[in-house]
Amino acid sequence: MTRLLEVSDLKKHFPIKAGFFGGTTGYVYAVDGVSFGIDKGETLSLVGESGCGKSTVGKAILRLFDITAGQVVLDGKRIDDMPAGSLRPLRRRVQVVFQDPFSSLNPRMKVKDILAEPIRNFGLAKDSKELDERVAKLMDTVRLPRDAVNRWPHEFSGGQRQRIGIARALAAEPDLIVCDEAVSALDVSVKAQIVNLLQDLQAELGLALLFISHDLAIVEHMTHRVAVMYLGKIVEVAPKRSLFAAPKHPYTQALLSAVPVPEPGASRQRIILKGDVPSPINPPKGCRFHTRCPYAFDRCRVEEPKLAQPSTAGAGHVAACHLHSLPEAENPLAAAVGELVVPA
Amino acid sequence: MALPGPRSGQPLLEVENLQTHFRTKDGVNRAVDGVSFHVNAGETVAIVGESGCGKSVTSMSILRLIPEPPGKIAGAIRFQGKDLLKLSDREMRQIRGNEISMIFQEPMTSLNPVLTVGRQIGETLRLHQGLSAREAEQKAIEMLTLVGIPEPARRVREYPHQLSGGMRQRVMIAIALACNPKLLIADEPTTALDVTIQAQILELMRDLKHRVGAAIVLITHDLGVVAEVAERVIVMYAGRKVEEAEVGPLFRTPRHPYTQGLLGSMPKLGSSLHGEETRLAEIPGLVPSLKAKIPGCVFATRCPHTTDLCRQVAPALEEKAPGHVAACHYALKEEALAA
Repeated sequence: MTRLLEVSDLKKHFPIKAGFFGGTTGYVYAVDGVSFGIDKGETLSLVGESGCGKSTVGKAILRLFDITAGQVVLDGKRIDDMPAGSLRPLRRRVQVVFQDPFSSLNPRMKVKDILAEPIRNFGLAKDSKELDERVAKLMDTVRLPRDAVNRWPHEFSGGQRQRIGIARALAAEPDLIVCDEAVSALDVSVKAQIVNLLQDLQAELGLALLFISHDLAIVEHMTHRVAVMYLGKIVEVAPKRSLFAAPKHPYTQALLSAVPVPEPGASRQRIILKGDVPSPINPPKGCRFHTRCPYAFDRCRVEEPKLAQPSTAGAGHVAACHLHSLPEAENPLAAAVGELVVPA
Repeated sequence: MALPGPRSGQPLLEVENLQTHFRTKDGVNRAVDGVSFHVNAGETVAIVGESGCGKSVTSMSILRLIPEPPGKIAGAIRFQGKDLLKLSDREMRQIRGNEISMIFQEPMTSLNPVLTVGRQIGETLRLHQGLSAREAEQKAIEMLTLVGIPEPARRVREYPHQLSGGMRQRVMIAIALACNPKLLIADEPTTALDVTIQAQILELMRDLKHRVGAAIVLITHDLGVVAEVAERVIVMYAGRKVEEAEVGPLFRTPRHPYTQGLLGSMPKLGSSLHGEETRLAEIPGLVPSLKAKIPGCVFATRCPHTTDLCRQVAPALEEKAPGHVAACHYALKEEALAA
């Protein structure tokens, strides 16, 4: 497969303004050096807890703001410093589906106008007849009745609105869709419908997805690869199976073990992390996870670990943890820890 | 603190044919339409269902927090033998926060931002137990220690915005438990929290249950949470109870097609490790409007096994196995087919 998107050492620091003159008194290190790539037709999931910077990464790729440092390369072209004029045609290729289907659709636009806007904007239809045809086709694609195009967003349920949101993203014929918690606000049964739709669309259209989510069970169900973020950094990247069978970062382990499993009486070894995520304004020195890590030792407090492939992991599996530089016998993460995930 | 009472005899809470309706411009909304259940002392009962199924309205009705009008609560809610619906407002206030207390979903919005944490925990103690300000603060520090907040003596003087989401939820739990309630209603207590924080709070609730012995009614949409903490489960759909069972049988052999659908539509962690990938089961369609009277089974429009009988006659709750009830005409047949 070919690379569609390459992000390298992406940083986004938001200034904190305070006082009468609005001087900058510090920075929120929302994303602090993140690198990853997405192939054509691939799903990469970005997981982590609130405040870890996963949505900021998504917005940076969409160029909803300028980044502080790093590079975003789409299909060989660097887009992070491209002037707005030449970026415009490229915007078509990366679209987004937002979390809240109630606030992400304009309540004063009919469905057909919502869907027609990107088509007009990018000049994808020759005349109004073709425009109508395209809109009707989009409705078919997301399994909504064609005659619903004349209705307003408030007439639809949450799941149907999310379908409209997906149709709007598809209208521009993108190569990559950023799904920012696109199914998180939906009820269980509706969530399943949307997840299945996204998977079908990916198979039909060969879309690449950047699936930003905190729901690990959904991620496991629909992704190819996973990147785990903690406090502005990626701590582990791996193909799905490799990650869920044997996570190589203590944070990923804890995250997986914390997910409640719908199987009463299942006995699992649970790692309960102490305390809360530290503030991204003043992130801990060394490894950012050391304040909560059950295995932290001296080196973790001073030296920041880099992403590397542990000797015990398979191809494409990297983790940023000093434990992997220890001899295998002393490394608590060396063994397969599948039992953390699979109820005994 | 009191030990859980005996399981036999009178239940702690008995809800009988609860009907909470709201008058709206375009008709009556039957948010809860004839729900009955009971909670024994010291027991954890979960009420699960999707948005709009009436689970929160049920919990609010128990504490009579439904504004009347436009709401209207009918039926009977017996707490320790007393019908709460017949009490005066004054008597009801003696019960709220004292014998029955509640934890709300949003720890961000359910604490008062202009009062210190200590004042808010102390408020119930001063009201119900007549403690002085100093005694109340002392007790508040004890409660903060109980819910595992570090440096309680400092935190007690802090305001909600100085605490993280997980800590605020701990404070909510401290407030709810301050007067040693016999019944704790937890409405989506972990939904707004991150998974690692959710794990901390669930652990805390399990631990406190052993120590305090209060019965818990847990309202949630997360079947994972249910499996972890509940003993008995009530599944609600469109304002009605469709199934009730002990937690084990409910997850192993769900009898109602809705419960089966819910369980099937949930992806399970570890699914990729068992070989091939499967599609998630969908429940087609939408929840019916609660404004029209539904003559037949509420799930008939979405059920894969619907017949004319389902559309015309509402199925009664039947015992399909000991302690396992479901409201479905065909639930037993399903079971026979599966076997």
